[in-house]
Amino acid sequence: MSSGEVRGVLTTCITLGLAVGVFAISFGVAAIAAGASVAQTCVMSLLVFTGASQFSAVSVVRDGGSVGSALGGALLLAARNAVFGLTMSPRIKGRLGTRLVAAQLTIDESTAMATAQTDPRLQRIAFWTTGASIYVFWNIGTLIGALVGDSIDPTTFGLDAALPAAFVAMLFPHLRTRRGRRAAFIGAALCAATIPVLPIGVPILCASLGILVGLRPDARVPA
Amino acid sequence: MTWGLVLGLAAGAYLFKVVGMVVIGDRAIPPALDRCLALVPAALIAAIVVKDTFSIGQHMQVDARLAGVAAAVIAAWRKAPVVVVILTAAAVTALIRAIHG
Repeated sequence: MSSGEVRGVLTTCITLGLAVGVFAISFGVAAIAAGASVAQTCVMSLLVFTGASQFSAVSVVRDGGSVGSALGGALLLAARNAVFGLTMSPRIKGRLGTRLVAAQLTIDESTAMATAQTDPRLQRIAFWTTGASIYVFWNIGTLIGALVGDSIDPTTFGLDAALPAAFVAMLFPHLRTRRGRRAAFIGAALCAATIPVLPIGVPILCASLGILVGLRPDARVPA
Repeated sequence: MTWGLVLGLAAGAYLFKVVGMVVIGDRAIPPALDRCLALVPAALIAAIVVKDTFSIGQHMQVDARLAGVAAAVIAAWRKAPVVVVILTAAAVTALIRAIHG
């Protein structure tokens, strides 16, 4: 592992943090449009720190869904961080205190950046740098978005379409496998079919049945 | 938005992270469960896209949002950065609303 390699990883991780920070501005705007206060919006980013879950909760609340259905959908999306934690656990050296901090930084990006490295020390550097840089920029971006969102009408600027567009961008990496495409199709179809008949927010929970595609082993459903 | 939702989600989200990183540690989880959990984002995010594009509360409605989201799909498919995907959708939707008044 050369110092050039370390510098390359550091640059990539910090650039990623900046990009996510711009994304966070759209979260701040969306949360305010859904009726959250600036304080609630910022506390959510500081404590929850999981983009898809935060966007999902905001989306259900904006529609007037119950706290239970907003929480249910958001927590289902947060469940994958347990798997990421499992992936990172053997790679993170440190005592309980270190691991409790590492847990908060365990998200899509930090896990992906770390597992993209082969050298164990580079994996740790990538995990901590990505996690820390995204944490900082995600929260700065949220604050900016919340302050901007307070002073504009969301529909005039098409920001009601910005929310599903953010989800479209988050969805695409999951469509690379056939199994992912099937789960997405089933989830979308179940949601569309149940929106008119079930309480707001509940169709998102129904869509989770799409994950049962994963019950079949790889041999029968080639990726 | 209520503080109960903000703090409940914060507690739940952290719990999941801690379970993986600290509690389960190096132990393996059943492969079928692993495969299913990996599909949660695909199933749920696709559902949210449908909901946010076509519904107003419990009513299905096609409006300017659809054009914006369609533009987002094309942008994402062409591997545009997330920020470009979002801005494209907002711009197209705002433009259509401006034209139709």
